[in-house]
Formats: sequence, structure tokens, C-alpha cells
Amino acid sequence: MEIEVLEGVFDANEIIAKENRALLDREGAFMINLMASPGAGKTSVIMKTLEGVSGDLNCAVIEGDIAGKVDSERIAAAGVPAIQINTGGSCHLEAKQINHALNHLNLEGVDLVIVENVGNLVCPAEFKLGEDLKVMILSVAEGHDKPLKYPLMFSECHVLIVNKIDLIPHTDFDVEELETTVLKMNPGVVIFRVSCRTSEGLDYWTTWLKKRIRG
Amino acid sequence: MHELSVTESMLGVVLRHAQANNATKVTRINMVMGEMSTVMEDSVRFYFEIIGKDTIAQDAELNFRHTKLITKCKECGKEFEVVEYDFTCPECKGTSTEIISGREFQVESIEIS
Repeated sequence: MEIEVLEGVFDANEIIAKENRALLDREGAFMINLMASPGAGKTSVIMKTLEGVSGDLNCAVIEGDIAGKVDSERIAAAGVPAIQINTGGSCHLEAKQINHALNHLNLEGVDLVIVENVGNLVCPAEFKLGEDLKVMILSVAEGHDKPLKYPLMFSECHVLIVNKIDLIPHTDFDVEELETTVLKMNPGVVIFRVSCRTSEGLDYWTTWLKKRIRG
Repeated sequence: MHELSVTESMLGVVLRHAQANNATKVTRINMVMGEMSTVMEDSVRFYFEIIGKDTIAQDAELNFRHTKLITKCKECGKEFEVVEYDFTCPECKGTSTEIISGREFQVESIEIS
């Protein structure tokens, strides 16, 4: 006997993502799901973002890594509440883990929660966390040919931050070609060119973000 | 890379529907997998063999139906297949589109006894 099921394998995750969304709405907090390859500069972008919005927004950070707590210690040292999730080998964060972390963070007065996903351009794109914005970082050293190799990530993100632009003169990285390719895949994406080392371009990003959150 | 957790979720969906229909055995699982899904069919098969063991879905035949990436232009309504991830409408050059298929990873049906 054949039974019709028509149930998505990711549906269970999406139900919890919706719960996270409702929880954040109740608390009046905005959440970013930050995704990138290992070494693209996720933690550096977070540190610079925290710096850029300080005084305007109260932040908290959820750090996802396979192991270790180096990143959350870096954030906490900057005086921002941080929770570390160790996925123990798993390549992405799921809504359930975020739910657990949100319930452990004191969200009172928090305007912005930044989730640093596990360094990976594949799997994190499949799992909704309940975020308001999916932000991805591509660093110059990774090359401008990545969008067509990781199409889901590039077409799902709302914001693309091109990091390490100070390296462009030393490489064949073609930022215009990158942007043309990404805009065909994802016409609504907002792109920022930044360097966390020189701080170039970060003002545009943090100003845009503050406006997006405050309306 | 994430196929173990994905296969666990898939098995969970299958077993829940099988039990709700008082099945003693799941003989076939029909899946729909979109072109844009990041899930690898071979890995799902590999993990399914391991985690499906000692469940009523053990030895079930896994069947995958693949769907192409099809979108609909929100401006002129044209439905078109997306080639090389270029979402620009071939008819009106509009860039606002909505995905009709190609994103899914779904248990479509199961066959039970």
C-alpha cells in the first residue's frame, strides 16, 4: 500500500526556526545568521560589527564551532555576552541548538543577536535558524569563482560581505565579475566590500544594519 | 556533509507515517530531491543502510525523483528553467522570481505492508 507523505525533511527544523522567530519577536531582538568558509573572517566581522553598532544597539553572540571556545572568549573579552555551541563534528547549526542558546541568553534589552555558523559554504544554507537576515562572507583569498560552486549559499543570502579587499591588488580577484555573477543568482542581495584589517567599507555595513534594525 | 542528520530526519518522517498507518514493514521510500538541494543521494543511501537497520524500514528501497530548478517571473509570469543559476527572466529580463521547484528535499510517499 502506498501512503502519500509530502513532508519535507527540513520541516521539523523549520518548525523550531519559527519558534525561535516568535521568541525573538517577543523580546524585540533581531537575529543575523552569519555564514562563511573557515578563515573568511567571521569572527573579525563580528568584532568590527559590535564596535560599529556599540552605543546604538545592545548585542549578544552565539558562536557555533565544531570544537573549542576561542571565538566566544574573544567576544566575551570585548564585553558582549556570548554563548558557545560545540557541534561535535556536525558541519552546521540547527534551529534546535539556537533555541537552546536563546533560552540561556538573557535577551532582556538585547537588540541584535549575531549567530556565527560553523565554517562551511554548503550545509548551513539548508538550515533555517529563525534569523531575520542571512549574511555570508566571501574573502578575497577564496577567489571570485565561488558562487557557481556553492549556489545555494550565494542565492539564499540577503547580504554578501566581501572581506579582505585590501588583498585585491595582490591577487587576480575580480570583484566586478563576482558581483555580476551573484546578482544574477540573487538579484535582491546587498553587497558590501570591506576589510577588517584596514576597516575600509565597514561603516557602510554597520550604518545599513542599524537602519535595517531600527527601521 | 550533513547527510547523517538529514537521513535521521528522513527516517523519522518515514517511521512516523508508517506507524500512523499501522505498517509492519516499509518496502519503498519515494523521495523528491531538487537540483538545488545540497544533499548527496549516495550519502543518504549509505547512512540509511546503517541507521535504518532494526527498524521497520530496514531494506526499504530508496527511490529518488530529481526535480529541475524552475522559477516563475513575478513580473511577467513566465515559468522557466534556471540554467547556471541565472535567475534573470528570459522573456522580460525581470529579476524578481519565485522558485517553483528544485529546492525540495521531501518524502513524497512510502509503500508499506
